[in-house]
Amino acid sequence: MKTKKIIWTFSDLKYKTQRKVIVFCFLFFPVLLLAVFSYLPLGRMFFYSFTDWDGMSREYSPVGLGNYIKIFTDAEQFAVLKVSLYYICGTLVQTVLALYFATILSFKVRFRNFFKAAIFFPYLINGVAIGFIFLLFYRADGMLDTVLKFLGMGNLIQKWLGNPDVVNWSIVATSIWRYMGLMFVIFYGAIASISSEIYEAAEVDGANAWHKFIYIIFPGIRQVIFVNLTVNLSGALSIYEMPYIMTGGANRSKTFLMNILDTAFKYNKYGVASAMSVVLLIIILLTALFQKMVIGKEKT
Amino acid sequence: MKIQRIIGKVLKYFSLALITLVTTGPVFLAVLTSLKSKNEVYDLGVLELPGQLHFENYVTAFVDGNMMTGFKNTLIMVIVALGGAIINGTMVAYVFSRFEFKGKQILKSLFLFASLVPGMTIQVMLYQMISRLGVYNTRMAGFLLYIGTDIISIYIFLQQADSIPVSLDESAMLDGASYLAIYQKIILPLLKPAVATVAIIKGVGIYNDFYIPYQYMPKNRLRVVATALFQFRGQYGTQWEVICAGVIITILPILILFILLQKYIYNGLVQGAVK
Repeated sequence: MKTKKIIWTFSDLKYKTQRKVIVFCFLFFPVLLLAVFSYLPLGRMFFYSFTDWDGMSREYSPVGLGNYIKIFTDAEQFAVLKVSLYYICGTLVQTVLALYFATILSFKVRFRNFFKAAIFFPYLINGVAIGFIFLLFYRADGMLDTVLKFLGMGNLIQKWLGNPDVVNWSIVATSIWRYMGLMFVIFYGAIASISSEIYEAAEVDGANAWHKFIYIIFPGIRQVIFVNLTVNLSGALSIYEMPYIMTGGANRSKTFLMNILDTAFKYNKYGVASAMSVVLLIIILLTALFQKMVIGKEKT
Repeated sequence: MKIQRIIGKVLKYFSLALITLVTTGPVFLAVLTSLKSKNEVYDLGVLELPGQLHFENYVTAFVDGNMMTGFKNTLIMVIVALGGAIINGTMVAYVFSRFEFKGKQILKSLFLFASLVPGMTIQVMLYQMISRLGVYNTRMAGFLLYIGTDIISIYIFLQQADSIPVSLDESAMLDGASYLAIYQKIILPLLKPAVATVAIIKGVGIYNDFYIPYQYMPKNRLRVVATALFQFRGQYGTQWEVICAGVIITILPILILFILLQKYIYNGLVQGAVK
């Protein structure tokens, strides 16, 4: 008994037609978004990096490589780029700390879940809250000063956010406080995925914790460490939030990205800002390329 | 050998205790400060307990600080952006994992390359884009940016979709299911673990994001939790007790969620990182 169909539905179409419709409809918006929010801005950034556009007027003139020459000959730009070095050092320290805690918590430890949570939770706090907490922490006669006095190290007391020689370390420390937990959890997960049989075999052979780390854990998660390190290194180049909230870039804590945004939005030099962005992007892509090359080599 | 082991144990627990102090100490400081009176903040030592607990700071922060608007706006942002990213990502994943068509490889590599470009490097031009689209200072700016620049989610979905056996689709097709029905009834339900991963990464990311709302939605009415809190800096300048109460108010919801969903949050972040 066949009932006559009155309503036409999608499933009545031939599979071949369906396929075409689905491919088109399902990709239309995602590709549109990709074009509008990734490739169009990228293309415009490259284009305007060779002009003196101010961001508002319809007119602009080509300046060739002028903006790039300006960046590479401007001493101030290099000073700002140097601030990234503090964050790169911070990334290395962060990686070592994360690796250390991930390793010792992978062995037998009491209250493991508590310590795991204690190390991780700062990652969940928003940057503004962290900025405020540490403004209070670093304040004159604040928590840091009090603790130092208590430990008899009062002579170390500084203007933690006011002294240009110290301010970047203070902010980098805050950054480590914020992000170490995430790295720790990722390393911990990677260590947990190493088969327990390997440890057991090592134990039979009388391996101690250090042996296990050097011969099993480190080689086992080397790739994860490397990928995270490079991702964080590129992150170190585009630091913005912590210094913006804590000092606004004062006392020589301005980062390269803060400088880019100021150049564009404050001084309306979109051409120069675009060229700076291109430089930043190229550095980051080179880091990614380096990462892919090293890992590709290891696989073969 | 035995002594070595004991020393090792002492060092292990000492370092764990130390890191716990370092991570919780500053937050404890904020809690303590939030419970002091205005005078106590300056008269008492930083780690001295207040005479009585001044919970009124929380009322000031919540009511005068307009935190309610912040929470409402953040919630709207998270729900819409998350929904959009899930629909967007699962559609792409379905098409890429199931169909062959002209230009597929090119499109795939376009998505891949875009995932390597950090959003912060193209901010200058993104700002131009948003103003030209006429959505500056509207919720749409946030929705579009959170969905449109999120390529990692697409990858998480794609990876999981590839692991769903095609034989499931084929047997459904024998029963006469359309491709749309396969997406809805087979692919989407089986992508649930990836949805959970994306929900956690994006949920945490949007709740804690400062830059996008600050730059693209500065209007009072559109403030989210992070930008509402940032406002305290000017509004309460040196009133640390109110600022700290605000800080704790923004931290509490996500900490409660963390305690309830610990396992999922760890897993989600690890999955997202090794994608």
